Amino acid sequence: MARAVSSRRKALVTVIAWTIGLAIFFPILWTAILSFKSEGNAIASPLTVLTTPFTLESYETVQERSNYFGHFWNSVVISLGSTLLALVIAIPAAWAMAFVPGRRTKDLLMWMLSTKMMPAVGVLVPIYLIFRDLGLLDTRTGLVVVLMLMNLPIVVWMLYTYFREIPGEILEAARMDGATLKDELIHVLTPMAVPGIASTLLLNIILAWNEAFWTLNLTAAKAAPLTAFIASYSSPEGLFYAKLSAASTLAIAPILILGWFSQKQLVRGLTFGAVK
Amino acid sequence: MSTQASRTAARLMISPAVLLLLGWMIIPLGMTLWFSLQRYNLLMPGMESFTGFDNYTYFLTDPAFGAAIFNTLALVLGVLTITTVGGLLLALLLDQPFWGQGVVRVLVIAPFFVMPTVSALVWKNMFMNPVNGVFAHLAKSVGLQPYDFLSQSPLASIVLIVSWQWLPFATLILLTALQSLDSEQLEAAEMDGAGPISRFVHVMLPHLARAITVVVLIQTIFLLSTFAEILVTTNGGPGTASTTLTYLVYIQSLLQYDVGTGAAGGIIAVILANIVAIFLMRMIGKNLEA
Amino acid sequence: MNTKIRALMGACALSALATAALAETTITVATVNNGDMVRMQGLMDDFYAKHPDIKVDWVTLEENVLRQKVTTDIATKGGQYDVMTIGTYEAPIWGKQGWLLPLEFDAAYDVDDLLPAIRGGLTVDGKLYAAPFYGESSMIMYRTDLMEAAGLTMPAEPTWDDVKAAAAAMTDRDNEIYGICLRGKAGWGENMAFLSAMANSYGAKWFDMEWNPQFDGAAWKETLTDYLDMMTNYGPPGASNNGFNENLALFQQGHCGMWIDATVAASFVTNPNDSTVADRVGFALAPNKAGIAKHGNWLWAWNLAIPAGTQKAEAAKTFVEWATSKDYTALVAEHEGWANVPPGTRTSLYENPEYQKVPFAAMTLNSINAADPTNPTVDPVPYVGVQFVAIPEFQGIGTAVGQQFSAALAGTTSADDALAAAQALTTREMKKAGYIK
Repeated sequence: MARAVSSRRKALVTVIAWTIGLAIFFPILWTAILSFKSEGNAIASPLTVLTTPFTLESYETVQERSNYFGHFWNSVVISLGSTLLALVIAIPAAWAMAFVPGRRTKDLLMWMLSTKMMPAVGVLVPIYLIFRDLGLLDTRTGLVVVLMLMNLPIVVWMLYTYFREIPGEILEAARMDGATLKDELIHVLTPMAVPGIASTLLLNIILAWNEAFWTLNLTAAKAAPLTAFIASYSSPEGLFYAKLSAASTLAIAPILILGWFSQKQLVRGLTFGAVK
Repeated sequence: MSTQASRTAARLMISPAVLLLLGWMIIPLGMTLWFSLQRYNLLMPGMESFTGFDNYTYFLTDPAFGAAIFNTLALVLGVLTITTVGGLLLALLLDQPFWGQGVVRVLVIAPFFVMPTVSALVWKNMFMNPVNGVFAHLAKSVGLQPYDFLSQSPLASIVLIVSWQWLPFATLILLTALQSLDSEQLEAAEMDGAGPISRFVHVMLPHLARAITVVVLIQTIFLLSTFAEILVTTNGGPGTASTTLTYLVYIQSLLQYDVGTGAAGGIIAVILANIVAIFLMRMIGKNLEA
Repeated sequence: MNTKIRALMGACALSALATAALAETTITVATVNNGDMVRMQGLMDDFYAKHPDIKVDWVTLEENVLRQKVTTDIATKGGQYDVMTIGTYEAPIWGKQGWLLPLEFDAAYDVDDLLPAIRGGLTVDGKLYAAPFYGESSMIMYRTDLMEAAGLTMPAEPTWDDVKAAAAAMTDRDNEIYGICLRGKAGWGENMAFLSAMANSYGAKWFDMEWNPQFDGAAWKETLTDYLDMMTNYGPPGASNNGFNENLALFQQGHCGMWIDATVAASFVTNPNDSTVADRVGFALAPNKAGIAKHGNWLWAWNLAIPAGTQKAEAAKTFVEWATSKDYTALVAEHEGWANVPPGTRTSLYENPEYQKVPFAAMTLNSINAADPTNPTVDPVPYVGVQFVAIPEFQGIGTAVGQQFSAALAGTTSADDALAAAQALTTREMKKAGYIK
C-alpha cells in the first residue's frame, strides 16, 4: 500500500472495528455464557450474571433429555447429502449455461430463482401428501431431496457466475490440443472451478443446516435434525433461558466452527459474479 | 463459437436441473392451483367441493391483507436498506488496515451461521424481553423504563433481528468487491485532488454497483419468505402490526387448516413475488449484464 | 441417582439382553415439552421393565410446533405417530371425526376415578377418546405478605371488584411491584384462554345458539374494559407480550401481587429453588362478577390419544395405560415427591392424605370442579369448551381475535375498535365456514 498509514489512525480503526465486531457477535457470546449458568442466575442482570458461578447443569439436562448426537448426525447427513446431490446436478447445468449460452440462458436462470419464491407454508399440505404416498415422511432421503430442490437454483446461479469468469480461451486452447468434452470438464475446468465449487458447497451446507421449516415439518423421530432439537427447548413452562442457551449453543456450534475454519474458501467464491 | 454438437451436449447437461426444478415447481404448484379452487379444509373431511375463485376473493378481502402487503414490503426494504448501507460501511471499515483483522472478520460473519429460529429465540428472550432481557436490564440500570420492543415496535424489531442475520452476507460480498478495486484507480483519483467523499462516490460506488445488485437480488429472494422470525417473536401482532403475506398464508393453511384458502394465498404470494422480481430485474438487472 | 433407579436400570439392562430375541415393537410418541412430560421420559425404566417388548421413541416439541405437526399428520393420515399428546380442544373434534381410537381399559385402570369434568371433555357419544395425563384449571395466586401490608384479606371466592381493589392496593410502581399480572400475548391458547374464561364470569359468550358472534354485546365490552383498566393501571410493562412463562418469571421474582393463571403454576411459584416468594403465596378461586354464577376459570388437560391409523395399537394402548395409571402417579411420588405428580386427573389423588398436604391441592381440585366445559356460560351456547370453542375454526378465529385484544392492551387500538374488529372477523369466518349465512 502506497499511502502511508499513521499508527494513530490504525489504532483508531482498530478500536472502532473491534467494538463493532464484538457488538455484532455479542448475542452469540451471551447465549454461550448463559448456557453455563443455572436457570435462576440466567435471568439476572448482565453484570450479576457474570459474577455467578459457571455450571454444566444445563448441558447435563440437555444431554439427559435429548439424543443430541442423533439429531446432529441427521443434520450432517441431510445438509451434506442435499448439497452434494445439488452439486452433481448443477455443475453440468451451470457449465453448459456459462460456456454455451443461448438466448434464453438469462431467462432460464431467473426462472430457476423464481421457483424459490413459493411460500413453503402454502405448499406444506401438497408436499406432505406426496411424501406420505411415497413413504418419504420422516426419512433422511426425503429431506435430502427437498433441500436439494430448495437450494438448486442458488447452486446453479453461484456456479454459473463463477464459471463465467473462467476465460473461454483456455478451453479453446484445450480443444485445439484435441481434448474431448470429457477431458475438458475433468482436466481443465474442474481444477479452475474448485474454489467456486468449494464456496458453493459451504454456502449450501449452511443454508441446509439452518433450514427450519421442511426439516421440522416432514420429520418425526428418526430423521429429525437439530432444528427439531431446538423446538423441544423453546418456551416450555418454567424458566428456560439456560437450557435454551445450551441447546442453541449445541445446535449452532458445529456450523459456526465449520464456517470460521473455512471462511477464506467461503468468501472466495461468494461473489455471485459481483466482482469482475 | 459453439458448434451444434456442443449445443446438444449443453442441453443434455442442463436438462437434469431444469427437469427437476420443473417438477418441483409444477407438481406442488399444480396441486396448489387445484386446491385453491376447492373448498377443502383438512379438519373437516367430506366437505370438498369446487368453489371457483371464492378462496381468492376471500383471501384478497381479508382485513389483514392490506397490512400484510405493506408489512412485507416494509420488512424487505427495511432489511435491504440496513444491510446494504451497514454492510457497505462495515466493508469500508474492514478494508482498512488494523490489528486483529482476521478475528474481527470472524466475529462479524458469525450471525450468518445462526439458525433463524435460534436467533429469533435469542433476541426475543435474552435481549428484547422487557423484564429479563439484556436491554431491559441496561435501561433499568440507568434509571429508564424498559422499552417493550416487540409490543411497541414489532415490525422494526423484526427488521432488526433479520438485518442482524443478513448483515454478514452483505458485508462479505461488498468487502470482496472492494478488495478487488484497483488501488491505482484510487490513487489516480487522489492525485487529481479528489477528496475521500468524492473518491467514494465517483470511484468506489460505480465499482460496487454490481455487488450491491447481487446483495439486493439474493436477499430479496430470501427475505420475501421470512417466516420463522415472525412466528417465534410476535405471531404477527399486536393486531396485524407484523403480519406479512407469508404469515397470512400460514394462518390460513396451518392454523385454520383451510388448504383451499391457504393455496389461494400461496398462488397470490407467488404472483406478487414474481412481480417484485421482474420489477427488480428491470431496475437493476442491467448491472448484471456483461 | 438413588440405588433404586440404579437397580432398576440394571434389571432393565438384563431383561433387555434376555428379551433381545423377542420381536420388539417401537412406538413413536409425540409430546409437549412441559415439565410433567419431561419427567415421564426420565422414568421410562419402569415401563421398559414391565414391557420389555416395547420401545418408545420420543418426539418432544414446543406446544405450537407439536400441535401443527400432529394436526397435519392426523388429518392427512400420515401415520408418523402411534401416540399423540393432544389438548382438551382437539380431543372432541378429532374423536368425532373418527381419527382417534376409542380407549377401553380394564378394571384395574379404574376409569371412573377420572375427574368428571376432565373425562366429560374427552368423551364423545359415550366413548373416551383420550386419556388425561394431567389436568389444570386456573386460579388466583397472590402474595400473602403484600396483601397483609395493604391491610387486606383475600376472600376464598373473590369477585372481580375484590381483585381490582387488591390490585390497586398492592401496586407500587417505584419498587416494580405490579398489583396484577395477566396474559396479554395474542393466541387462542394465550390471552384468549384467559379472556374467554373471564368473559364467562361476566355473563358473556362467544356465540349464541345460532352461532352469531357476540362481541357486539355489553358483556364483552365490560369484560374487555375491565381487563384493560386493570392491566393499564396495575399491570406490568409490556404486558401485551406476556404469556404463561413471562408472567411466571415476573411472579417468581416478586413483581406481581396477583396472578391469575394455570393451576400447574402453583408448583413452580412455591418451589424455593426457582421462586423468591415461595413461602408467601396464597391461592384463591378465580373471580366472578358479583351476581354471576360462573367463575373465570378454565379447564384444560394434556391427554394421550392413539391415532386411528396406527399399526401398533396394542403397544400404544399399553403405553397410554401405563402413563395415565394410578401406578404411574405412585411412581412419580416415590421418585420426585407428591408435589410433582401430574395433577388434576384422578379423584383418588385428591383423596390421598399424602397429596392433601400439598398446599395447592385443594384449590386446584375446587377450581377444576368449578369449571364445566359442557355448560360454560350463563346463557346456553351451542358449543363445548370453557376457554375455547371446540370447533375446528377456533384456532384461527381465536388467534385473530387475540391479536385485536393484544393490540388494545398495547394501546395501538381502542377497546371499541378491537371489539368491532373481532366481531367483523369472526362473522366473516363463521360465514365462510357455513355456520351462519
